[in-house]
Amino acid sequence: MFIAFFYALRARGVAVTPTAFLRLQRALSLGLVTSLRDFYSVARAILIKSERDFDLYDQVFAGCFEGEERPEELEVNLQEEARALLEEWLKDPESLADALGLDPEKMKRLTAEELERYFFDRMQDQDGAHHGGRKWIGTGGISPVGHSGRNPGGMRVGGSSRRRSAVKVAMERRYREYGREAPLRRADFGEALKRLRHLKPVGPRDQISIPQTLHATMRNGGEIEIVFERRLADRLKVMLLIDNGGYSMDAYVETVEHLFQQARSHFQRLEIFYFHNTIYRRVWRDPQRSSQPVAIEQLLAADPETRLIVVGDASMAPEELLSTGGKLQLRQLLERPSVENFKDLAKAFRHAAWINPQSRSLWKYGQTIGLLGSIFPMYELTLSGLEQAVRHLAARH
Amino acid sequence: MMDSTTPFNQFSGSSQYVLDEELGKIINVSMALEMPLLLKGEPGTGKTMLAHAIAERLDMPLIVLNVKSSMKLVDALYQYDTLTRLNDSRFGDSQRDVSNIGDYIRMGKIGQAFAAERRVVLLIDEIDKADTDFQDDMLDVLDQMQFDILEVDRTVSARHRPVVIITSNAKKDLSDPFLGRCNFHHIAFPGEEMMRRIVAVHFPQVDRDLSEACIAAFYRLRELEGVEKKPATRELLNWMRALNADPDFRSENLQQGIPPYLGILFKKSPDLEQVLAQLQS
Repeated sequence: MFIAFFYALRARGVAVTPTAFLRLQRALSLGLVTSLRDFYSVARAILIKSERDFDLYDQVFAGCFEGEERPEELEVNLQEEARALLEEWLKDPESLADALGLDPEKMKRLTAEELERYFFDRMQDQDGAHHGGRKWIGTGGISPVGHSGRNPGGMRVGGSSRRRSAVKVAMERRYREYGREAPLRRADFGEALKRLRHLKPVGPRDQISIPQTLHATMRNGGEIEIVFERRLADRLKVMLLIDNGGYSMDAYVETVEHLFQQARSHFQRLEIFYFHNTIYRRVWRDPQRSSQPVAIEQLLAADPETRLIVVGDASMAPEELLSTGGKLQLRQLLERPSVENFKDLAKAFRHAAWINPQSRSLWKYGQTIGLLGSIFPMYELTLSGLEQAVRHLAARH
Repeated sequence: MMDSTTPFNQFSGSSQYVLDEELGKIINVSMALEMPLLLKGEPGTGKTMLAHAIAERLDMPLIVLNVKSSMKLVDALYQYDTLTRLNDSRFGDSQRDVSNIGDYIRMGKIGQAFAAERRVVLLIDEIDKADTDFQDDMLDVLDQMQFDILEVDRTVSARHRPVVIITSNAKKDLSDPFLGRCNFHHIAFPGEEMMRRIVAVHFPQVDRDLSEACIAAFYRLRELEGVEKKPATRELLNWMRALNADPDFRSENLQQGIPPYLGILFKKSPDLEQVLAQLQS
């Protein structure tokens, strides 16, 4: 039953390691689990390492154990499943030995059959405890420990869920909002952006440098000489180019602006410019793209250490990017295609990234996405995508 | 050292901390398995308080390592106080022996936990502030329960395996190897029922109607849109303390209009303005 549970978790994409599973077996063999409720909590603490997977865990748990709370229970073909499990664990003999409480040297000397038998014995123990302890399933309130009012310590232990079974608790799906498919939370983004730190010494020399003081003192023949240095502060400049033209971007513009405004205090300077689909000769400071144009040359002249982040779907008609006429501003005759402007920007700023709110799976359908993606490293507008982008931007190139 | 088969009831909550049943179980299992317990959760859900409660309940001293972003692992283990040694060698006005480096080794928080005479609770607070190397190296030390002091070529081994509690704000992901070596629990924001118990622990004297009114108002205020930093348990308790201290306050005041002392609940001025605007409309 537990093995099926393990595989069900893995099948749903929860990265449960065999080591963690063996650790759970150890917890069970220590007699620390006396009810399915205990099992629910303990297995989750040991197997699941992120609250984002709690919801999946709940679903799998409910699925695996739903029938199990009734006394009649299906027998699992232990032998076969255990063998499959053993095979997987044998890929990592050290943790297997550790979990079984065997000396690795001793384990090496066991033949495959001996090892298998030993392993089965252990599984049978566990299985026996589980079946022998039939009573613990669905007991609701008679488990001797942990329930409010019945606890020998008499301490305040949350008791509102006392009578509910573990499966019911799992079925409540209390962690749904933490799940990976849940909408992005702004706090997460802010935290990711904070890592864009770039400390440089600034201000007066008012901090003692211990290594330099020691060095200078030694050179001085033991006469103490104190060396001061400047303290570190964040001097990062960030330039944000947002494509706010067009229907496809509407949903994201506000989010992105908000995210960066929130992280603003972490940067020395944050500048936001707007463009529509592609960049011709200028970008704008005002979201309406009318009153405050800024020439592209001016952008290119900024500090080359500035982090350039472009946010856009990178989707447009290919001729907007590639033809010299452009598409939108027919009156202006451009001497070169707008894609060159992006190339210039990528050249001017070593630390640049493109964040694309479209799902990565759609990228291959857009011709211009591939083209711009070859100029800027492109990341999804998701938590993990943003983290990758931040890592890329923070790295020294 | 504690027997690993010590029954579950060794830990069930302490006087100032209300523990949910699930978490109590997980703590006990972590202690039995001798694994660190990683606690994640929104700020204000009592991660740090929990370690205090464990220490109190188990009657063990608590050692707190407050992790800082610039911290190196060695800072948490021990410090070789070169500056004092330099000072002593120059002025020679202390009892220490300048030629003995051991006199200038000071234990850091992990070192203290290892060297302690009895088993302690070691709280490693806000681990997510440190970089990944720090995290991984630290778990190596906690796995092996020993570290070397390079300057004097000495190995410090733990006399008693500390109960290790690690907290992290739910924002940042920790590395997989790190997570693999911890048990994990996420502390959700307490529901109203749980909050009633928490309030009852902190204000045993308070009139039931008043606390009910406060809690109801608190959850209503938490529901308001557009607030960046929502008030947490800590804010509720402080707010109740303020309301309680105000002789003019009546619990009926919370039913309508603008509740007093909102500044205690909403600490950012845009949030406060936002809330006031919504309450007035």
